[in-house]
Formats: sequence, structure tokens, C-alpha cells
Amino acid sequence: MPVIELQQVHRDFQVGDQVVHALDDVSLQIEAGDYLSIMGPSGSGKSTLLNLIGLLDRASSGHYILNGRDVTALSDTEQAITRNRTIGFVFQAFHLVPRLTAAENVELPLMLAGLPVEERRRKVAKSLEALHLSDRAEHKPDQLSGGQRQRVAIARATVTEPAVLLADEPTGNLDHQSGLDVVEILEDLNGRGITLIVVTHDAELGQRARRQLHMLDGRIQRVMEGRNVDG
Amino acid sequence: MGRLKDIIRFAWGALTGYPSRALLMLLAMAIGVASVVMLTALGEGARNYVKGEFASLGTNLLTVIPGRSETGGFNPSTLMGETPRSLTLADAQALTRSNSVRRVAPLNVGSAEVSRKGRVRDTVILGTTHDMLELRHWQIMQGQFLPPIRWDRAMPVVVIGNKVREELFGAEPALGQWLRIGDRRFRVVGIMGSEGRSIGVDVEDTVYIPVASAQQLFNTDSLFRILVEARSRSAIPPVEQHIIKTLQARHQGVKDVTVITQDAVLATFDKILGALTYSVGGIAAISLMVAGILIMNVMLVAVSQRTAEIGLLKALGADHRQILAIFVGEALLLSSLGALAGLIVGELGSLALRQAFPVLPAYAPGWAVAAALGVALGTGALFSLLPARRAAALDPVAALSGR
Repeated sequence: MPVIELQQVHRDFQVGDQVVHALDDVSLQIEAGDYLSIMGPSGSGKSTLLNLIGLLDRASSGHYILNGRDVTALSDTEQAITRNRTIGFVFQAFHLVPRLTAAENVELPLMLAGLPVEERRRKVAKSLEALHLSDRAEHKPDQLSGGQRQRVAIARATVTEPAVLLADEPTGNLDHQSGLDVVEILEDLNGRGITLIVVTHDAELGQRARRQLHMLDGRIQRVMEGRNVDG
Repeated sequence: MGRLKDIIRFAWGALTGYPSRALLMLLAMAIGVASVVMLTALGEGARNYVKGEFASLGTNLLTVIPGRSETGGFNPSTLMGETPRSLTLADAQALTRSNSVRRVAPLNVGSAEVSRKGRVRDTVILGTTHDMLELRHWQIMQGQFLPPIRWDRAMPVVVIGNKVREELFGAEPALGQWLRIGDRRFRVVGIMGSEGRSIGVDVEDTVYIPVASAQQLFNTDSLFRILVEARSRSAIPPVEQHIIKTLQARHQGVKDVTVITQDAVLATFDKILGALTYSVGGIAAISLMVAGILIMNVMLVAVSQRTAEIGLLKALGADHRQILAIFVGEALLLSSLGALAGLIVGELGSLALRQAFPVLPAYAPGWAVAAALGVALGTGALFSLLPARRAAALDPVAALSGR
């Protein structure tokens, strides 16, 4: 059973008196544990697709089935809960809360889920340790390097043990080496079973994925199978 | 974030993250609450001061004044007492004949020269009887008050106020000594202490002699006033009727006296000063509303400053309700801290007032404190609702991309 299934999804935006078809009849199946990259030029609809998969956006028409459940028309609260439990986000700009320490940033989704403090502490410590950030737990974001910040963001995205990890240009704000480290961490997580979806316009990064989706004008132009880098 | 502790902790973090913003709001709230507390304390102090003054006049007191003003109730002209027919000692005596009356004290007032060994002082002379002491809640410092003699008996005894004693006797003992009032000699039997002043009379600067002696001294048959003490508060209306009926019968059926109940006067003052307290409290409450509007403004700025954070929280699984709770919680935390600070400042201010003006019992009334805190929290919650709703309604995609 696919973890994500999109059926004839449309997403239209009203811009002035024109309707823009950000997603135009997109159908897609992603199996659990898959590694998918979404590529395409700006305005091709790849971010819209990611936001839709991440339940940050709603389809204008069509159906979205997540983990066998139709989530197209969930209420705001149900969407939020599903997002909290099932989906982890990694952003290009990291989006760490500057006044919170690394540990507190990682704790945020657990706090929103209303977990008891003890359990949160344990999970945060485990998550930070897995990303080799234990000695940075009490640092504020401005005391961390870019690579470390993105690792904190990954720790935050994975602390809830989500089924799907969505990464929007995860290396966009990083130098080459830090970017490579981050990609390797993401791929390592994918190796342990998490479904990884990466949006990028960086061809080198995109080609590392097992499946590559090329988008243009809101449509899936082509899907390529197989890894080009290390097979 | 269903947990209150988490919301408070998060809000606290957000506040300390922007200290100048937090301090500004805190200050506004504190000023509002402090002004409500202090101004109502002032109003309440004035009210209690006046009430205390009236209580020192004596309790359940009725004052009979010769003459009648056509309009009922209390007005300044009734105090002047224009006299068609005067009150007499016999009138006063007649008033004692009721079970509801506890004490009656006739009163004559005049001014005369009091002298001793060449020292002369123009002093207020009160001609009255033994019961006056108890009736007015006065206290004697030394010796005794006027003896319980027949009212129509003139006796050469005098009770002097402490101030008069100092002026005439200095360091010498005064009890048992003689002095002159006008051309008559009186023996000092008691000294009135520093119990303070009650309205109209400075007890320490007055000389008290038997009422018949005063009538002789001032060459009159009439009385200035008759004070009547009812047995209880509920006995005041029947006593009032008794006085009017008795004196009407004695004055050939003419209603020519005015009876003022102390309650009526007190109630009037109480009403005026109570209204004053409410109105200054209300004016101060406006500053609380202003503080509320400031909170709204600052929270709106906070929402636009923290757009990305709001988007992030949504992406991490915060729903509408949680975002609302975060921002309202932040405003509530701020306004309660501000209110607390204001309360402390206000109470300290009232304390300073009490230190500066000891006669004024400037304590903020409980209702004002409760109302100030309530309005502070209420405006905090109310005025943060709009910014919080704006935050909750943010589109997470747009918020995260910084658009």
C-alpha cells in the first residue's frame, strides 16, 4: 500500500482576475520508504506539491490519501494533528526559533502534541544524539553553524518519528560540504525506513533520489527511476 | 500545547526575547492598575475620614434646632436656626420622657473672656449637662466632667480644654483652681483631653460649664440646640416623631423646630464621597483601557515580527486553537504581571499617602482592587484576541516563505 497517493489533484490560485493552475491534474503514488526528488524550475508547482503533501495546503479538487486515509477534507485541527504525527519538515531557511535553544527547538513538536515532560526530554536527547548534537543542546541557533542548524532542524523533524520527511531545498543555504553532510543524514534516515521527499532545483542533489519527478507548469513532466550517483 | 505550563513557559520565552516591548506593555498596565488602586484609596480614605468624623459626633444622634425651614431635609439654612420661638430647658426636659430616648443634652454656646491671674483668653463657652460627655463620645483627661446636677441649677464649676489649661495655667496644676469667665468665678473640676476635634468643636480649645450657668452668663432663657440620643438606630424615626410632637404641644401647636438626624447628613456625605470614589476609579480605569489598546498594538507588531515562527508552529502541528492560546496567553501573562506590578506600586502609593496624611485612612477598597485586576486581565485578553486571531489565520505556506 502506498503511503501517499494523489488522485487527479488540482490546485488553483486566483491571481487578480486570472486563475493560475499551480497543480494541474497531478496523480502520484509514493511507497513507504521511497526516496523521491521533485525537480523543476521556479513556478513549476513543486513547492505547491510539497505543501499539499505536507498538509499545509489543500487541493482545489482531487483526492489525497495519506496512510490509507483520505485527508483531502480534514478539519484544521485534524490536519494539524496529522501533520504533527505523520510528517516532518526540513526547510531551506532552517526556521529555528531564535530565542529557543537547540533542545527546545527540537522539543516544539512534542510540546504541541502535549507529551509529558519526561517523555519529551528522553526523545529530544535521543534525537540530538542521533544527529551528533548532544554537546550543542543548550546552544541558541545563532551560536550554531549552518550545517548544525540544519541538523537541529532535522532532529526536530524526526523527533516525532514521522512516516514522511519533506525537505524543501535542504541544502540551499549551506556550503557544499555541509550540504553533503545533511544529504547523507537524510539518506541515512531514508535507509532506516522513512519516506523521504526532497524538493530541489539542484540537479546533482535531485539525481541522488531513487525516483525523480520533473515538473513543469503544474504537471508531472516525467518520472525517472534509478540512482545515478552511487547506484 | 494543551498544557498551561507549556503555554506560560513559551509565552515567557517570547516576552523575554523582546524585553523592550514587554517592558513597555508592563509599564502601561502597571500605571493603569496603580492609578486605579491609588485614586480609589484616596477617595475611600476621604469617605472614611468624614464617616469617622460623624461617628465621633455620637451615635444615633438627633439634633433639635429652633426654627423651621419650609423645605425638609438638610440644607445649610437649617443650621442657622432662625428663631420664632426659642427652645428652653423645660423643652429639653420634656424630651427625656420617652423610652426610646437614652440621653438628652441641652446646649448653649457663646464666647467669653476666660481669665486667671492676669492671663486673659477669649474662648468658646459650652453650656451643657453631665450627659454630654457620653453622648458625644468625649473623654475626660483629668478630674471629672460636669456633675450630674439639676439642669436648672447654676453651679460655679468648669471643665476646661487642655489647650485652655496650657494657656492659663502653664505648668501649674489646674484642678481645683479658680478662674473667671466674664465676671463670674468658676472652679476647675476637669480637663478635656486630646481626644481630637469633632466637627464644629475643638474639644481642647473650649470651656464647659453647667447649662444654667451659661444661661446666666449670657443672660438668656433659650438654648442653642438640644442633642438627643436614641436607644438604637431603629429608634431614630420614633424619637424624631416624639420630639416634633412634644415640642409642638409645648409651643401651642406650632411646628417650629427642625430635627436633623445624623444619619441623613452622614448618608448625604457618604453618597457624595462614594460617587467621587467611583468616578476617580472610573477615570483611572480609562488608563487601563488605553493600556489594553497598547497591548493590542504591540501584539499586532509581535504577530508580524514572528510570522515565520507562527508558520513553523503550524508546520510542526499547531492548530488554530493552539496559536490563539499562545498569543492570548502571552498577552495575559504580560497583563497579569503588569497588574501585579501596578498593584504593588498602588499599595505602596497608598501607604505613602497614609504616611503623609495620617488622618486619611487611604486604603483601596477591595472592589476597586478586584475590578482593576479584572479589567487589566480582561483588556489583556480582549485586545490580544484580534492579533491572536490574525496569527492563527496566517497561511503557513506564506508565513514560512516570509511573504
